[in-house]
Amino acid sequence: MNRDHSTTGAETAAAPAPAAPTPARKLPVTDLSLVVLIGASGSGKSTFARAHFKPTEIVSSDVCRGLVADDENDQSASRDAFDVLHYIAGKRLEAGRLTVIDATSVQSESRKQLVQLARKYDVLPIAIVLDLPEEVCAARNAARPDRASMPRHVIQRHRRELRRSLRGLEREGFRKVHILRTEEEAESAEVVLERRYNDLRHLTGPFDIIGDIHGCSSELETLLGKLGYADGTHPEGRTAVFVGDLVDRGPDSPGVLRRVMSMVASGDALCVPGNHENKLGRYLAGRKVQLTHGLAETVEQLEREDAGHPEFRGQVREFIDSLVSHYVLDEGKLVVCHAGLPEKYHGRTSGRVRSHALYGDTTGETDEFGLPVRYPWAEEYRGRATVVYGHTPVPTTSWINNTICLDTGAVFGGRMTALRWPERELVDVPAEKVWYEPVKPLVTEAPGGREGRPLDIADVQGRRVVETRHMGRVAVREENAAAALEVMSRFAVDPQLLAYLPPTMAPTATSREDGFLEHPAEAFAQYAADGVERVVCEEKHMGSRAVALVCKDAEAATGRFGTAGPTGALYTRTGRPFLDDPAMTEEILARLRSAVTAAGLWAEWDTDWVLLDAELMPWSLKAGGLLRSQYAAVGAASGAVFPPAVAALEQAAARGVEVAGLAGHQRARAQDAAAFTEAYRRYCWPTEGLEGVRLAPFQILAVQGRSLAAVPHDEQLAWLDRLVEHDPTGLLQVTRRLVVDTGDEASVRAGADWWLEMTGRGGEGMVVKPLGALVRDAKGRLVQPGIKVRGREYLRIIYGPEYTRPENLERLRSRFLGHKRSLALREYALGLEALDRLAEGEPLWRVHEAVFAVLALESEPVDPRL
Amino acid sequence: MRIILGQVFLTIGTTGTQERPATDLGFLLHKHPDKAQAFSTSHGSAHVFYPEASAERCTAALLLEVDPVALVRRGKGKGRGGAPDAALAQYVNDRPYAASSLLSVALAAVFKSALGGVCRAMPERAESPLPLRIEVPALPARGGVELVHKLFAPLGWERVEVTAVPLDEQFPAWGDSRYVRLVLEGELRLADALRQLYVLLPVLDDAKHYWVAPDEVDKLLRAGEGWLADHPERPLITRRYLSHRWGLTRQADQALELVRLAESDELDVDSVDNAVDESTDTEEKPVPLAEHRRTAILDALRAAGASRVLDLGCGQGQLVQALLKDVRFTEIVGVDVSMRALTIASRRLKLDRMGERQADRVTLRQGSLTYTDKRLTGYDAAVLSEVIEHLDLPRLPALEYAVFGAARPGTVLVTTPNVEYNVRWETLPAGHVRHGDHRFEWTRAEFRDWAGQVAERHGYTVRYVPVGPDDPEVGPPTQMAVFTRADTTTTTTTTTTEKKKEAEAA
Repeated sequence: MNRDHSTTGAETAAAPAPAAPTPARKLPVTDLSLVVLIGASGSGKSTFARAHFKPTEIVSSDVCRGLVADDENDQSASRDAFDVLHYIAGKRLEAGRLTVIDATSVQSESRKQLVQLARKYDVLPIAIVLDLPEEVCAARNAARPDRASMPRHVIQRHRRELRRSLRGLEREGFRKVHILRTEEEAESAEVVLERRYNDLRHLTGPFDIIGDIHGCSSELETLLGKLGYADGTHPEGRTAVFVGDLVDRGPDSPGVLRRVMSMVASGDALCVPGNHENKLGRYLAGRKVQLTHGLAETVEQLEREDAGHPEFRGQVREFIDSLVSHYVLDEGKLVVCHAGLPEKYHGRTSGRVRSHALYGDTTGETDEFGLPVRYPWAEEYRGRATVVYGHTPVPTTSWINNTICLDTGAVFGGRMTALRWPERELVDVPAEKVWYEPVKPLVTEAPGGREGRPLDIADVQGRRVVETRHMGRVAVREENAAAALEVMSRFAVDPQLLAYLPPTMAPTATSREDGFLEHPAEAFAQYAADGVERVVCEEKHMGSRAVALVCKDAEAATGRFGTAGPTGALYTRTGRPFLDDPAMTEEILARLRSAVTAAGLWAEWDTDWVLLDAELMPWSLKAGGLLRSQYAAVGAASGAVFPPAVAALEQAAARGVEVAGLAGHQRARAQDAAAFTEAYRRYCWPTEGLEGVRLAPFQILAVQGRSLAAVPHDEQLAWLDRLVEHDPTGLLQVTRRLVVDTGDEASVRAGADWWLEMTGRGGEGMVVKPLGALVRDAKGRLVQPGIKVRGREYLRIIYGPEYTRPENLERLRSRFLGHKRSLALREYALGLEALDRLAEGEPLWRVHEAVFAVLALESEPVDPRL
Repeated sequence: MRIILGQVFLTIGTTGTQERPATDLGFLLHKHPDKAQAFSTSHGSAHVFYPEASAERCTAALLLEVDPVALVRRGKGKGRGGAPDAALAQYVNDRPYAASSLLSVALAAVFKSALGGVCRAMPERAESPLPLRIEVPALPARGGVELVHKLFAPLGWERVEVTAVPLDEQFPAWGDSRYVRLVLEGELRLADALRQLYVLLPVLDDAKHYWVAPDEVDKLLRAGEGWLADHPERPLITRRYLSHRWGLTRQADQALELVRLAESDELDVDSVDNAVDESTDTEEKPVPLAEHRRTAILDALRAAGASRVLDLGCGQGQLVQALLKDVRFTEIVGVDVSMRALTIASRRLKLDRMGERQADRVTLRQGSLTYTDKRLTGYDAAVLSEVIEHLDLPRLPALEYAVFGAARPGTVLVTTPNVEYNVRWETLPAGHVRHGDHRFEWTRAEFRDWAGQVAERHGYTVRYVPVGPDDPEVGPPTQMAVFTRADTTTTTTTTTTEKKKEAEAA
């Protein structure tokens, strides 16, 4: 019997009622289990439950009856009440919470459903029976007004049914059965929560997890040596964890067993069983098994041991019996088992969990070698815990969705591999020879792509919560995800190349300054209030946002991003290719690449790709359609309508009609309209190929293994200046900047003057950023990464030609910035998260999850003029 | 971002003699020629004044000043930066239309009696034609100069002068704006002229709007009395005038998320929210080729013995509707990436009113074929009708894996245009794709090359079926590939656990 299968049957036998003041009976209850209280009406189940469990752990049939029928005693509602009870219990068990069922449960049929429920969620069913005398039950019911009229025969029937059941409870599937026969025993009993055998979360290692060994004793010793173990002990107190399949096929299974058994016994190692140990255990238990798949070799080797060490065979049997199918380690961050385990089985206890841990899941099909086709559980894995396993020989190890298979086929002439945890370093040694011919060649099961599998819709669809390092949980609403799904699917570049989307940016608080809606004073004041002393003002370029991923060459693109063909990407703020023509995109990437090379930045960053945030100009290059259909149209209409209108008014005035006021008004409006036309025209200039196209990079986001989003802006700008300097083609454009000390009045004034001067010449405005880039305020909250201060004339194309008229400005000033600011921060945190995940080499779905969330948030309802 | 044109202007002039002075226009319009009058309307103020008023020539001018800020800030509050939901019209509608619609409303309000042909002072002048000259310097006109001509020419004007207004003289390459300058001259009853403008100004703008009262049909009938019935463009006028009725069904709420994404990327909403072309392929006007396609698909599904069917990229749900009519299809799942498409499909199928038994057979849900989707596994067949060409070529491998690698239905039907056939479409300019959103169109050889490789990679066999007339030279207009999953050997259920474990132990 394996320990996680075991039944503590002793309790059943220990039934006789003890004499009155004996020490309290201890009732062991596994900390994650379905506890079923069994007893006749009036036997005190609810009282018992209240005394020993948290109120929320108890699901009572009476309460459920009340929920569906307004009457806790309405027996006609039982069917629905139990539906509700099973539903609630199911939800609790699914979430991994101890659950206590408070119902009579005296009939085997009702218990059967509960046992099934426990199995469904892979937890142990435990029975606590209150087998109290009829008189006690009757007396208790009599004391309850709602039960006083209950006929005596009900209790008698319950007790009859209970007595019939007692013997068979274990057979029904209950793993522990506690029977309490007297009031005293029930009152004094003590429920003791026990940790599950597989729960070793308190052990934090560090660990060295070792893959399949298959009797390769010599390689094992070499590997242990390489890991730093001397005679099974690590001087730094590390713990080895064996993923199973110690035996069979190889030359010295007894040698391996002896090493592992002694390490486990001395506390230097943990071990989970593999399917080969399981079969060997059945063989040693005298069961009939076929001596195939290398078992014959082990049996023969064991027989040779018998002469010198007759006790060894028994020790092996005991060792195998003691193995627990999987372990949850290191505060839940690490799960080790032989064949891999989906998250819903982590820390669970049932036959199928054990079976999955030992054998993995199969599709039911067999392949051309007659071997079962394994179900690719790791592809669907979304759990936070890292799962380390073996079982399926692979030519090289690779991380798939936070799981890794360490079976690199040592016995087939491959390698024996170990994973250092938490370092996540791989250590391996080559096989000394091919000890056993494989039935089929070692091939990887991963279907294409370096990420192991394509993205799944469950990664992005519906309401989602993304866990971020910098801002905790960020929620995405379903309707926003739906819109993002459409845009991402129909228009975006390949998600492998889409490692980042830029966050939206909040404008400065509204200015009260005469004639202005936005002015730098408020931006400086806001940062000063946030405790940011030094900010950098960066010129806001008059173009469109563009994110560029530049790889050193096509191989680097294939190697890191798994795409064949493009050497990077250039995309808009919603992930669309910036340019329709791939050749032109490649040309821009090539110029960027040359600049990085010439500036010597590949080596400095130690990378072969770089992700950067930029502005691509002119605006008309991308927004041409919008410019024509919206902005120019307004200009055209106003240009056509004002001259005749003003002329008509002048004509009327000449006749002596009193229209002077109206005429003056119309002339002023005509001027506003002309200013509007001037404003949008500054964003338009003709381009031919790349002639006339400008790219102004303003932040290096990430390089191989590193997110650079927290690098201070002065360092950033120094890099960017070098890039511009080393671009002889004139594509790259420098970003003008001014550092302002928010506490220094003169400096603040200089900042405002700089802005006035720039926007006075028709500039779009500026973005004020904390010099330190990623900054928190005194309360530890993220500070806005940037605040835009847009020029007075530029805002004309946002708020309309006549927005500067005092009466219009006054009304526009009551704008609401709260939601935009919150959105900007949430998107910023998601963008940082995407970069961090990218830097840490997390799988594509994890990076995409954060990127997708940025896009989804962009569809939240917020005033688009902000 | 939409900018509001806060200015609309129109002049109405006439000529006369000493006996029949032009200034009678003042009586007909009920506005004194020597006064400037202002009227307030809900969206701004309307001014009427006369630049000239003599016995020989008299011209009335109507100037409408729309208050753009008031329009935008209507229903502010809710702490979301000025209630974008309330400002919906601003972001979904073309604002100049609002001005144009408002001009129409202003005409009706300011010149109410004249529009009704009522003039107590000189009833006989109101009844008889006048020499009129009407000038609208900036008239939004979808359909351009040509359509403006078509609309006004049959209405009795001697001169219809339409001049396109260029978008921006500094950028001649941008071409013309959607505005024209319109001058009408001829002898018409004033009331008729005004009614024409009342109806045709919004018709020419042809924008969707949302705040129209339900009695709009009656208004159209009244204003169109005497001239609309025989107008050669009557269907267009009626459809456009009442476009808000369909506009209303374009549930603004549903599209808003998408609208915001378009705006955040400085794109025209229509270039993003264009998954469904509501003007074509409708039930009322079945396109013959679409009919052929459905027949071919249904035949292939029946031949494959499929009963549980996925319609991947179901669009407006025409195929789902056809599948529902055959009870052998017991489970029909329509999947589309566009929520708008699903809404239209749901409306077309009348899902909310469908009987339970029928409704149990059909599910519509959002999904994307560039992601794998567990919910799509285990079906007999999947149809991808006119879907693949809407995906950029580099994204096609993702679709291939999602359908053939992950969902793995027994049968997969893929239809796509045969680009070779395009030369047979008379209306299609050479080198053009059939639909604005087609990212590519393949020749028969290209399609077969792709399909063959897909089948090879994923264990399917494939055959090809022509859809529509099979032209001996260029082939059929639509090509269909029928993929059948090669039967895989499965372990029988009689295998003992022991044997299974033996095998697994390998």
